[in-house]
Amino acid sequence: MAQDDYDPTPDNDELEAHLQTKNMVINLGPSHPAMHGTVRMRVELDGEILAKVDTEIGFLHRGFQKSCENVTWTQVLPYTDRLNYVSSLMNNFGYLNAVEKLIGIEIPERAKYIRVIASELHRIHDHVTATGALGLELGAFAAFLYGIEARELITDRVTELTGARLTTNYGRIGGCNRDLPPGWIEKTIKTLDRCSELIEEVGALLTRNRIFTDRCRGTGVISTEDALDHGFTGPCLRANGINYDIRKAKPYWVYDRMKFEVPLGKNGDNLDRYLLRVEEMRQSISIIRQALEQIPDGPVIIDDWRIVLPPKQEVYSTIEGVMAHFKLIMEGIQVPVGEVYDSTEAANGELGWYLRSDGSGRPYKVHVRAPGFHILSGVGKMVEGRMLADLIPTFDTINMIGGEVEQ
Amino acid sequence: MSTWALDQIQQQLPDALSQRYHDRTGAEWAVVRREAILAVAQAIKEQLGFKLFISMDGVDRQQLPENTPRFEVVYFFFNIERNEHLRLKVLVPEDDCTCPTIRTVYQGANWAERLVWDFYGVHFTGHGDLRRMFLYEEFKGHPLRKDYALRDRQPLIPERPIKDIFRGPGTNGSTA
Repeated sequence: MAQDDYDPTPDNDELEAHLQTKNMVINLGPSHPAMHGTVRMRVELDGEILAKVDTEIGFLHRGFQKSCENVTWTQVLPYTDRLNYVSSLMNNFGYLNAVEKLIGIEIPERAKYIRVIASELHRIHDHVTATGALGLELGAFAAFLYGIEARELITDRVTELTGARLTTNYGRIGGCNRDLPPGWIEKTIKTLDRCSELIEEVGALLTRNRIFTDRCRGTGVISTEDALDHGFTGPCLRANGINYDIRKAKPYWVYDRMKFEVPLGKNGDNLDRYLLRVEEMRQSISIIRQALEQIPDGPVIIDDWRIVLPPKQEVYSTIEGVMAHFKLIMEGIQVPVGEVYDSTEAANGELGWYLRSDGSGRPYKVHVRAPGFHILSGVGKMVEGRMLADLIPTFDTINMIGGEVEQ
Repeated sequence: MSTWALDQIQQQLPDALSQRYHDRTGAEWAVVRREAILAVAQAIKEQLGFKLFISMDGVDRQQLPENTPRFEVVYFFFNIERNEHLRLKVLVPEDDCTCPTIRTVYQGANWAERLVWDFYGVHFTGHGDLRRMFLYEEFKGHPLRKDYALRDRQPLIPERPIKDIFRGPGTNGSTA
């Protein structure tokens, strides 16, 4: 941790005018440009020092779990888009992965590759947004614009793949609902070339920017022990030097065939978290390139009409097709009785799902372990005793997303 | 899967676990006796290396075939060195809806326990700051209990009936 050169308290206590002061309580949010929408922070200030930070959330609570318990397993999917709306594909796939594990099915090879490619695209999408917004809120507006250009390009590829910009609702239980569109691979490679340039540009604008680094270095520090205790995962935990990435620890889909590094930080401060995100974007680009080279031909969804909707041709011409379609729509997929906890590595950390089925067509319980929820719970630890201005970059680098935190 | 950790717990605290079973995917679970959860949390954190707090939630078993005791509190922990998850459960009856807090061991349990209290009404004894996590203090009941109706609404500010809301020009815009 870097030491502050400037010490605001005078050396000679005798010359200090001892005024009677008391702490001031101010509200940051719930509607404040730096609070990303919906978080209210009740901050107790001693001068400019944060004496106490009390985080209050719930303004964006939409009853995610209650909604999920009242729809079929497939109909849960659009709700998962709205958890982390900056990387919705990873939420879609994380949920599908857990359901597939509960049913006990293996998805086709091509679908696994598509999921890896789409997930990594959205990981870049998420990180570039977080990095750009961090620059924006520390006064570096240009970095944000470069970031947004990269983000728009990725959004365009995602739109071509899924049909929607943010609420992707892509993938189905058993694979993916549509194949890559024609010419998409070439376009994506070109997009990656451009994204790579833009990410380097953002990095060049920020990493050696004195104002930026001064505000990030040594601020928002959390000790490794506290980070583990609070349940930090993803970039926020790896900034402390803990090597925990589910893509390496418990490889799912085809991550074991990809060559990539898991970047680690050392100090657990804002600068480390920022640098780590930039490096993760480079790794993600490399993963997508490898996956696009290796992707095999074949089906993108399993051929089991108890789980997957039959092709329209069959529905219109055969009785089996009609029956399968009717039962899937009206009753939903019959997931066997049981429970499962499964997790994937989302952009902000471990996205875990605890699912429980009672054998009806609807989930009995859907618990989502949103990485942001646990990280946000530790934000008080990171800033208490520091300056009020440190709260802003800290809040940016933890990349809290209201949708997933407040369910 | 997580057999090593459960064996260790059983060795160190012979009375703590009341049941062990495997789920459909082969992962092993343990049901911890309610009064032993704090001791188990301490043991797994300090001696078995489960330092990463993953998550916690509740389950209302009212509509399941085995529904007594009514509530379950589920816990997930992770050991980074051994690369394994630990899945634990505590059963909580409806008439004595309390569970000892593990906030003193894992700080992450602070918000997680507030969430379970908010959604299921399981009171964590010794928590000290058990406010609702997402809903407001005036809210009555616990919405994730199975007997809480899906469309039950408790607005803080009275809601206007749908037909009063002007929806703009077009066929829906009429005030009829």
